[in-house]
Amino acid sequence: MRSFRKIKEAVATRLMAFLTVSSSLIVFFMITGLYVRSRPILSVHSLSELLFSSSWHPLRGEFGFLPFIVGTLWITGTAVVIAVPLCLFTAIYLSEYAPSRIRALFAPLIDLLAGIPSVIYGIWGLLAVVPMIKNQLAPVFGVFSTGYSILAAGIVLAIMIFPVIIHVSLEVLQSVPGEMREASLALGATSWQTVKTVVLRRARPGIIAAVVLGFSRAFGETMAVLMVAGNVARIPGSVLDPAYPLPALIANNYGEMLSVPLYDSALLLASLWLLVVILLFNVCSRLILVRVERSVL
Amino acid sequence: MSFKPHIRVENLNVYYGKEQALKNITVNIPDRKITAIIGPSGCGKSTLLKSFNRLLDPVDHVRISGRVFVDQEDIYDSKVDVTRIRKKMGLLSQRPYPLPMSIYDNVAYGPRLHGIRNKKTLNEIVERNLKISSIWNEVKDRLNTPASRLSIGQQQRLCLARGLAVEPEIILGDEPTSALDPKSSQRIEQRFIELKSEYTIVLVTHILRQAKRLADYVLFMYLGELVEHGSAEEIFSNPKQEMTKEYIGGTFS
Amino acid sequence: MDLRKTEEKIFKGIMICSTCCILAILLIILITILVKGLPAMRWSMITQVPKGGFYLGREGGILNAILGSLVLAGGATLMTCMISLPIVLYLNVYVRKRTWITQITRFSLDVLWGIPSIVYGAFGFTLMLYLGLRASLLGGLIAMCFLILPIMSRAMDEVVKMMPAELLEASYALGATQFETALKVVARQALPGILTAVLIAFGRGIGDAASVIFTAGFTDHIPTSLFRPVATLPLAIFFQLGTPFPEVQERAYASALILTAIIFIVCIVSRLLTRRFTRNVIR
Ligand SMILES: Nc1ncnc2c1ncn2[C@@H]1O[C@H](COP(=O)(O)OP(=O)(O)OP(=O)(O)O)[C@@H](O)[C@H]1O
Ligand SMILES: [Mg+2]
Repeated sequence: MRSFRKIKEAVATRLMAFLTVSSSLIVFFMITGLYVRSRPILSVHSLSELLFSSSWHPLRGEFGFLPFIVGTLWITGTAVVIAVPLCLFTAIYLSEYAPSRIRALFAPLIDLLAGIPSVIYGIWGLLAVVPMIKNQLAPVFGVFSTGYSILAAGIVLAIMIFPVIIHVSLEVLQSVPGEMREASLALGATSWQTVKTVVLRRARPGIIAAVVLGFSRAFGETMAVLMVAGNVARIPGSVLDPAYPLPALIANNYGEMLSVPLYDSALLLASLWLLVVILLFNVCSRLILVRVERSVL
Repeated sequence: MSFKPHIRVENLNVYYGKEQALKNITVNIPDRKITAIIGPSGCGKSTLLKSFNRLLDPVDHVRISGRVFVDQEDIYDSKVDVTRIRKKMGLLSQRPYPLPMSIYDNVAYGPRLHGIRNKKTLNEIVERNLKISSIWNEVKDRLNTPASRLSIGQQQRLCLARGLAVEPEIILGDEPTSALDPKSSQRIEQRFIELKSEYTIVLVTHILRQAKRLADYVLFMYLGELVEHGSAEEIFSNPKQEMTKEYIGGTFS
Repeated sequence: MDLRKTEEKIFKGIMICSTCCILAILLIILITILVKGLPAMRWSMITQVPKGGFYLGREGGILNAILGSLVLAGGATLMTCMISLPIVLYLNVYVRKRTWITQITRFSLDVLWGIPSIVYGAFGFTLMLYLGLRASLLGGLIAMCFLILPIMSRAMDEVVKMMPAELLEASYALGATQFETALKVVARQALPGILTAVLIAFGRGIGDAASVIFTAGFTDHIPTSLFRPVATLPLAIFFQLGTPFPEVQERAYASALILTAIIFIVCIVSRLLTRRFTRNVIR
């Protein structure tokens, strides 16, 4: 009986340790797997050719990713520009001004916003944002737009990254010790002056991390963007032009990719890039957050 | 004993949610004297101190009734400018909280808030107040390094300088020496005795000997009530209440 | 002096506006889905599979996708549970202290959490090629497991971390081994929190399309075998929207309403669980 318990304990320990360690190794598996699969195309075309050529003709064997990369950057940039001010002001309001009752009310709503699937955001974009850009916004600037545009995708994406940015920056703001605010208030500062000069300064690294996390979220988001970005493989000239971001490219062509030579390899290379870029962003922001956490403790 | 009051508290009640932290406090704090607030943990000393410069306002679910007069002005009047009231008082908290900026900026923070931009004036203010707080010699060569790099004792003196830089009339200290070593505590105490001629000082302290050394006037609190108050001699040599006697005698803490 | 007051007022105004703006957007999204989805709602939507010509606007429903999504997300959640729970218990019962293994594991889980689902889809697809699988329920399960593993593990970790050390000590003092303590004390005490984590992961799984687009495929039939393709709700919505027929597009709106309702329920239940849980936690 006693030895049975001991054996059980030993087996369980090993198994748990094994699972824990392997979960940390998933990232390496993913990078290796995608790299092996994308090697065929790397052996035919050079990396710089793939990155900086803008001619995309898979049937002719030309794989220039530039339009997609530029499209992704435009859309992500637009989303971040829209989302960051709104989210920061909201987070500051919730953390510094709002009574705790409102803060408690807001939490489940943010959860809900985070839980809504991206297809739903996509549909909403189709129903609300795309027509608005086509009928109201584009005529104001005197240009024609189908509405399927970088701006539409940017708006939808901005909303999708609200929860991440608000959640993380709220946490960071709340970790600023109350005594520090008191010290500033006691010197006769107004609340906003205290926020501006003390709280935000102290919380800055964490807030940067929050923004970077939001950025990387937006960078890889697929379905919603796919539905409203227009998907034209050309380098866009303005935010009212359509664009074709990388994730949409991958998702859209899964059907054909096994029938055209090198196509699957090209798409998996694109996934590898997404993975690596997002990995870098995530690692940076997580490192900042870990340091913030430690400085608080 | 009659004296000119600087802070006058009338029927002050403070509730945190349903819990009453201060029960009907009425007391006068003498001008240009050191007043010590003593009492066991959780009796409401910090709460009373914070009520003097309205630092209870940002706390959630807090309810305040009664009045506090500073220089004959009711600070809980709705028309009052809170920032002006707070500027009148420097605050030293239990642990020093240097603001996340350089040593220089910490001291210049208050004056800048109140509209002083001139570099020369700021330099003067910073130097003078660092000297008053007897930390100038230790930091004069590294005014632009982050304040968080100072030792805790130095930080507390920096906080004193920061508080003095807005030219307050009152200094509030919430156990300002509790995180310090004996040497640093002594230095801060020495400052207080010197500052007493120009400032009204209110100190919360757990250390009875410190209260004996410094205080001219003493408030003894218990469970949110002001049990007894009077001049230091009265309280320490001849307390009227049984409870005060026990506390001072060390029967309970 | 006055300037400071004005600045304070202006910025407070901006902040309240931003907050209201975000609330309004959430409301608008929900209302849009409701207004567009309700008129197209039919009982047959949730009781029938697509009949011939469904994507041309004829008879049928999306029972295949509803069931497919439930089976896929449910299965993946169960499988992930079997992996997450040991990891979390290992981190919080066995190691407990801050050592390199807890740090690295938490860090990699955080990083995994940030990887987009399309990359999990692509990775799942390469895995399937190695294993010689075609788009199937099994493939979808594998990809989705990767996707929700970090979500579930981190959410569980957050609650189990709160467990007071005294509780563990009390159990050890009675002579229990670490494994028994983990299973009988920790897992039971943190059960509501663990369930919340499971629900969050489930919600994320059922709403995700990009990870299953290569791996699970699509079919008009109800899932019966691990090795056959399986339909999912998000993809059903996506395909219906892609047709040029207004009737079919309207069905997409109704399907979106169904999906939103599922997410809504998951959200509410997990909230209720959280509340029940936090009531008993000493902070
Ligand atoms: N923010 C708050 N919310 C709710 N209750 C509080 C809050 N701050 C203090 N209290 C309660 O009010 C009472 C008085 O607290 P206070 O901090 O004034 O005591 P204190 O005398 O300063 O104690 P100590 O000597 O330990 O610092 C305590 O019972 C405390 O629990
Ligand atoms: Mg106190």
